[in-house]
Amino acid sequence: MASGPVIPDFGRGSSCVRDNGLFCWGWVKQNWSDTLQPALLQHILLTAVAVVIGTAIAFTLALAAHRRGWIATPVVLVTGLLYTIPSLALFQLLVPLTGLTRTTAEIALVSYTLLILFRNMLAGLSGVPGEVKDAARGMGMTERQLLWKVELPLALPAVVAGLRIATVTVISLATVAVFVVDEGLGAPIYSALQQTFKTEMIAAGALCVALALLADFLLVLLQRALSPWMRVARA
Amino acid sequence: MNDFIDAFKFIGDNASLLWHLTLDHLALAGAAMGISLLIAIPLGVWLGHLHRGSFAAINISNIGRALPSLALISIGVALLGIGFVNVMVALIVLAVPPMLTNAYVAIDGVDRDAVEAARGMGMRGSEVLWRVELPLALPLIFAGIRTAVVYVIATATLGSVAGANTLGNVIVDQATYRLPGVIGAAICVAALALVFELLFAGLQRLVTPRGLRSRRRAPAEVGPAVVGTAAAESM
Amino acid sequence: MTSANSAQTEGPSPYPSAASLEFQHVGKRYPGAVRAAIEDLSFEVPAGEICVLVGPSGCGKTTAMRLVNRMIDLTAGDILLDGVSVTRRKPAELRREIGYVIQQIGLFPHQTIAQNIATVPKLLGWDKQRTTARVQELLTLVSLDAEMGERYPGELSGGQRQRVGVARALAADPPLMLMDEPFGAIDPINRARLQDELLRLQAEIRKTIVFVTHDIDEAIKMGDRIAIMREGGHLAQYATPDVLLADPADEFVARFVGADRGLKRLTLSAIKDIQLLDGLTARVGEPAAEARERAARHGSDELVLIDGGEQPIGRLPVARLDGKPVAVEDAEPLAATARRQTSLHDALSLVVADGNRPLVVVDDDGRLAGLVDLKLISDALQTRR
Repeated sequence: MASGPVIPDFGRGSSCVRDNGLFCWGWVKQNWSDTLQPALLQHILLTAVAVVIGTAIAFTLALAAHRRGWIATPVVLVTGLLYTIPSLALFQLLVPLTGLTRTTAEIALVSYTLLILFRNMLAGLSGVPGEVKDAARGMGMTERQLLWKVELPLALPAVVAGLRIATVTVISLATVAVFVVDEGLGAPIYSALQQTFKTEMIAAGALCVALALLADFLLVLLQRALSPWMRVARA
Repeated sequence: MNDFIDAFKFIGDNASLLWHLTLDHLALAGAAMGISLLIAIPLGVWLGHLHRGSFAAINISNIGRALPSLALISIGVALLGIGFVNVMVALIVLAVPPMLTNAYVAIDGVDRDAVEAARGMGMRGSEVLWRVELPLALPLIFAGIRTAVVYVIATATLGSVAGANTLGNVIVDQATYRLPGVIGAAICVAALALVFELLFAGLQRLVTPRGLRSRRRAPAEVGPAVVGTAAAESM
Repeated sequence: MTSANSAQTEGPSPYPSAASLEFQHVGKRYPGAVRAAIEDLSFEVPAGEICVLVGPSGCGKTTAMRLVNRMIDLTAGDILLDGVSVTRRKPAELRREIGYVIQQIGLFPHQTIAQNIATVPKLLGWDKQRTTARVQELLTLVSLDAEMGERYPGELSGGQRQRVGVARALAADPPLMLMDEPFGAIDPINRARLQDELLRLQAEIRKTIVFVTHDIDEAIKMGDRIAIMREGGHLAQYATPDVLLADPADEFVARFVGADRGLKRLTLSAIKDIQLLDGLTARVGEPAAEARERAARHGSDELVLIDGGEQPIGRLPVARLDGKPVAVEDAEPLAATARRQTSLHDALSLVVADGNRPLVVVDDDGRLAGLVDLKLISDALQTRR
C-alpha cells in the first residue's frame, strides 16, 4: 500500500531520519514533491468531487422534499443509516462491488455527505418565514420565481453551514480511503503508521489538519459573503 | 448477499473474539469519554455560568469537528508512540469540543428570567447554578455527551491502525477475516454505536425536567453549527 | 357634509388609475367544512374609494380580501375588477396589478429596501432607469430618506418597515390595493401617524383600497365606506361611516360600533361645519357700564374679553365689573380655545372639561370667531341624519 516514502535507510537518510526524530524538516523538503504534495492534491480532488456530487444529489432531494413533505422521512432514514456505518466498514463493503478504485472511495464519501447536506438544505428552505412567502405570492411571483428569488437565497446560509460540516467530514474520511485506493493524505499517514516513521506521521497529519481548518475557514467566509443581510441586525 | 448472511455466521462462530474486542473497544472509548467528561463539562458549565468566553467556547466545537480523526491519531502516535494511550488522547481531543460547547451553550442559554427570579429570591451564585441552571441545562448537556459518545465509539475503530485493540482490528484485516468477517465486525460497531445512542437518548429524556419535556425537541435538534448532528459522525 | 378627518368623498372618483371592485354573490366553502367561510357576499366599491372590511375575528374579512387577488379561490359567485372577472387572468399576472400589504409585512430580508420596492416593476420587466426613478419617488412619498434604499429590512423599525411595505405595494401603480390589518402590529402613536399618512397619500393618488381591520375606530377614520361583517362572511351593513353610526342596521352592528357611537359621529365633523354662536365681547379699557349694559341686553352673565387685535384673552363675569374700566386682571384666563378644524368630538371634550361653559373658537390668525356650546354640538348630531 505504501507509495514509497523514504524509509530510514542507514547510509542514505539523514541522521535525524535514522534516529526517527520527531520532525525532520529536511525529509519534508526532500519528499514534498514526490510524496506529500501529490497526496495533498489527490486528497483535495477526492474531497471536491465527493462534495460536489453530494451537493447535487442532496439538493435535488431537498427540493423534492420541500415540494412534497413525505419524501423527507425516507431520505433521512436512508442517509442516516449510511452515516452510521463506520467509514472503514463502508469502504470495505463496497470493494467487492466496485473494486479498489477511486469510484469506490467516492461512493462512500458521497454517502457521508448526504445526511447533513440534505437536512441543512431542507431546514434552510423550511426556515423561510411564512409571511415573506405570502407577500411574494401576493405580489405576483410564480412558484418558480418564489423558489429562485426568495426561498433559495434565504436558505443559502443554512446550506453553506451544511456544506462546511460536510466538507470537513469528507476531508477527514478521505484519509480512510487509503484502504481502498492508494490516494490522498491517508496514504502517507498509513505507511508512516506501519513504520512508525514519526516525521511522516506529523507531516502528513498536520497537512490534513491544516487542509480541514483552511476549508472550514474559507467556507465561513463564503457564508458571510453570501448573507450580507444577516450581519446588519438592528441594535 | 451471501457475504452478508455469512457475516452473521461469522459473528456466531467468533463470538468470543468479537466479545473480547468489544470489551477492548469499550475500554478505550470509556477511558477517553471519562477523561473528556472531566475536562469538558466542568469547564463548559463554569464558563456558561459566568457568561464568559463565548467566542472560544462556541468556536472550539467548530474547530474540533473539522479535525480529521486519522490525522490526529497519526500525530498522536508520533508524539506518544503507538498503543492505547495515544489513541485515547486523540479521542479526547475529538470528544471534548462538542461537549464543551454544548455545556456552555446549555448553561449560558438558560432562561434569563428564571435566573433573575432565583437571584431575586436570594440564591447565591452557586445555588443558582445547582438548583436552577444545571437542571434546566441538563438535556442539552446530555445531547452533547450523546453526540460525543457515539462519535468516540465510531472513531475508536480507527485505533486499530495505531496499535490499539478494537473491533477495527477485524475490519482492517480483510485478508485474515475475509469479507464476511469485515461485515460482521462492522455490524458490531454499528450496533454498539446504536445501543449507546439509544441508551443516552433515554438518559437524556430521564434528566429532562418534566416541565420541559414537551419542548425538548427544540434544543436537541438545534442549528448545525453548534450541537452537531444527532447521528454519529462516525469514523 | 364632509369633514377634515375622514376620507369621505362625494361619489366615485374619476381617476383612471383606480379600478372599481364588485363582489357578486361571492361564496367560499372549504372542502369538508360544515359551514361556509363566506356565504353570498355582495357589495361594490367605486373607484378611488377606501372600503374597510371590519368585523370580529373569524368573520371572514381577511378571506374575502384574499379572494380578490386569488390567494384563495372562489367556490361561488364572482369578483369583478373594473368589470372583468378576476378568474379570467392567471393568478400571478392578476396579482402584479394589485398592491398587497399584510400585517407582518413580509419584506424580503435578503434584499435591500430598494430591491424590495422594485420587486413588482422587475417582475413586469420595467427597465432599470424607470425602476430606480420610481423607487426614489416612492421613498419620498412614504416619507423615508433616499439613503434608506440601501439598508436591509433587519435594520429598520416596525414603523419604517410598514412604510416600505406600502411603498412596495404601490411600486407598479396598481389600480387596486389590498391591505390586511397593515397597522395592527404597530404601536398606537405610530399607528395614528401611519393612518394619517395613508389618508394624505390617498388624497394625492386616489387608489381603490380594500382595507381589513378589526378596529372599528380605525374603520371609521379610514373608510369612505365600511362593510361590517358577521361570522360566515355575512354583510351586516355596508354604508358610509356617518350612516353607520347614525343608523346601525341591527343589534349586532349597534353593539359593534359601540354604545358611544354618538360620540364617534362627532369625530366625523368639525367646528367649521356648524354655525357658531356670536361671542359677547368686552374690550380692554372699555368703560364698565357699557360692558354691563351689553351683557344685560343679551341676558348673559359672562363676556369674552378681547384685546385690541380682536384676540380673546379670558372670560369676564359680569359680577366683576365695577366702576373702573375693563382690565385684563378682571378676567379669568381661558382654559382652552378651539380652531375651525377642531373636530366636534374634541370640542365636546373641551366644553365638558370646562364645566360646560361655551368654548371659544378662534380663526387661524387668532381672532375670535365665535362660541360653541353643548346645545350647538348636540343639535349638530340631531340634524345630520
